[in-house]
Amino acid sequence: MRTMKRSFSHLVLPISILLLLIIINLIKGADYFSITVVNGAFYGNIPNILFGASELVILSIGMTLVTAASRGQDISIGESATISSAVFVLFVLQAGEVTLLVIVVGFLLSCVVGLALGAFNGILVSVFKVQPMIASLILFTGGRSIAFMIDGKLSPILANDISNQIGTVIPGIPIQTPIILTVVFIVCIAMLFKTTNLRLYVETVGINPNAARLNGINPKKIIFLTFLIMGFCTAVAGFIAVNKAGRHDSVNLLKLIMMDAILAVAIGGNPLIGGKFSITGSIIGAYTIEVLNRTLLRLEIEPAMIKVFKAVFIIMLMIIASPVVRASIRKALDRVRTKNPTKGSAAMVSMVSTMDMIGEKGE
Amino acid sequence: MKNTLCILMVLVLLGTGALFAAGQQETGLTKVGIVNLPPEESGYRQANVEDMNSVFSKANGYDSKQTNTGDNSEQIAAAKGYIRDGVDYLLISAANATGWDDTLKSAKDAGIKVILFDRAIDTAPSNYQAALLSDMAFEGKKAVEWVLSLGLDKINLILIRGQMGSAAEIGRSAAVLDAAKAGKLNIVADGTGGDSWSLEEARKVVEAAIAAGKDFNVIYAQNDGMAQGAVQALEAAGISHGKNGKVKVIGFDFNRFALRNVQAGYWDADMQCNPRQAAEISRWIKSGNIPSGTIYQDELLLTTDTITDEDIQNWGINADPGKGVITR
Repeated sequence: MRTMKRSFSHLVLPISILLLLIIINLIKGADYFSITVVNGAFYGNIPNILFGASELVILSIGMTLVTAASRGQDISIGESATISSAVFVLFVLQAGEVTLLVIVVGFLLSCVVGLALGAFNGILVSVFKVQPMIASLILFTGGRSIAFMIDGKLSPILANDISNQIGTVIPGIPIQTPIILTVVFIVCIAMLFKTTNLRLYVETVGINPNAARLNGINPKKIIFLTFLIMGFCTAVAGFIAVNKAGRHDSVNLLKLIMMDAILAVAIGGNPLIGGKFSITGSIIGAYTIEVLNRTLLRLEIEPAMIKVFKAVFIIMLMIIASPVVRASIRKALDRVRTKNPTKGSAAMVSMVSTMDMIGEKGE
Repeated sequence: MKNTLCILMVLVLLGTGALFAAGQQETGLTKVGIVNLPPEESGYRQANVEDMNSVFSKANGYDSKQTNTGDNSEQIAAAKGYIRDGVDYLLISAANATGWDDTLKSAKDAGIKVILFDRAIDTAPSNYQAALLSDMAFEGKKAVEWVLSLGLDKINLILIRGQMGSAAEIGRSAAVLDAAKAGKLNIVADGTGGDSWSLEEARKVVEAAIAAGKDFNVIYAQNDGMAQGAVQALEAAGISHGKNGKVKVIGFDFNRFALRNVQAGYWDADMQCNPRQAAEISRWIKSGNIPSGTIYQDELLLTTDTITDEDIQNWGINADPGKGVITR
């Protein structure tokens, strides 16, 4: 029991935030979890959340790895996704008749572009030791113009049945396609970490690159690799986003999504200065942000105030989750425990153990 | 020694520049300097930049240069450059509405006529000759008139705003809010697509309204992308829309994909925001009769019943998906 608690203790923060949001939603209306079937597909708040967050989830996975290894963030992910999806659209449109094969080849092509963009950032960061945020600033600044040129200075339309099915539902399958793609992606990443020592290497490099090098791990290679994975993530996210939208809007596609991706990493309990990381935490963090956005809409906050509310909410979460507050809560609880060693009711014991779990995260 | 050489060289370069400038004046072309935003800003701007380039061409008797930047100080620097070059007309679509006073005054002192297009500048009206603008409040009024003319028993409208505080958002929202205040319609949900006029955000606004069990029959989205997102939410929830549908949908901006959706009866209407001011300005310049003050463009509202292929060809912006193709 104790070991299980230990291995999941880092998820207490993101899960408790998510639970808090769900409770708020349930207070607003008890039918929050209700799911109906519309046109052969599941419909309701939960499917909507899973659908809406799919790109963010994929990008926050890549962002977690980049953060852990390079101790910095890639701020060009939205732009990379826009460029790689522009190539995808270009390929599909020049193909004339759109078949599944065309879509698949186009997707693979966009993956190659995504990897190349990831490699570009990766070389700047790993070989030339440029700060990740500065390195990715280049693509962040120029990326949308590049995509605009690839688009032929227009917003090309992707109005074909296959794209539409990728962006919505495939007839006969009751779950929306972006949700399925996200699950497949998560499974692939999980397999990657199950079968390789990548986690150990990334964490080692993130904690101390010099120590890693002395132990035979090449930090350059690992950092480069995380940027490559990030590049792949942006290609997949761009693919999903452009098929959802049905046209390639180089100006607004996944605009400023890096903010939410970085936030997802932080809510996931990952230190933004690298080292130990939890992808599960980031995934929950990404869904939390989606739920937060929708909660604000559900509470019918007026449009001019919605960003303020989001900011206030996030600041509150971050302060509650900060090491200082956690440490003081732990101290207060310790005092209660030592004062009443015998009077502790069952509820108190369970509360203390929860706080312990939160406390362990800070250590 | 080196310094004097450098200065001499700069002087020589400037001298030749002046010579060239003088040489060009003799060709009889009207010199026009255009300060504009970059085409990648939006589909609107893309059409606007192309339009300026094609109208103010050598073939039409113009010697024009266009600077495209979203940075106000770069724009001002470019404008000053055009003033130094001695252009006849200076056309400006400003990134920021403020900070232009000195530049406009020096253009006036140099005898250059300044015409603002698309975007107004906060300055004394005497500092420029004319401004040719889109009247966002007019667009909103026209769109709301259409909503009121639908003959619905009770209008329950979802308002999806653009970037809060932008001229387009303020103008296009005002008419709806006024009508709601006058009791002519009922706003059941009031949301925004945020700073990027986001399709995804618009979709979430409608999804939230559906989840809250709200009854609505009009979606008023302040640009085409957000209207598309709203309709995606309706589709996923199995709510009918467009021609013979329960929910009436109106977008703004005249993207060709949106007009095709209107034509196919997938949406109901679209309100124009015309990016093609060049022809009108050229007409003024050719006739020598340039009006003064702010002039608003006349803009169209097209519905499934009134739209034609020519409208889409002539007035639409951005890529055309082709007749009968619906962009979902």
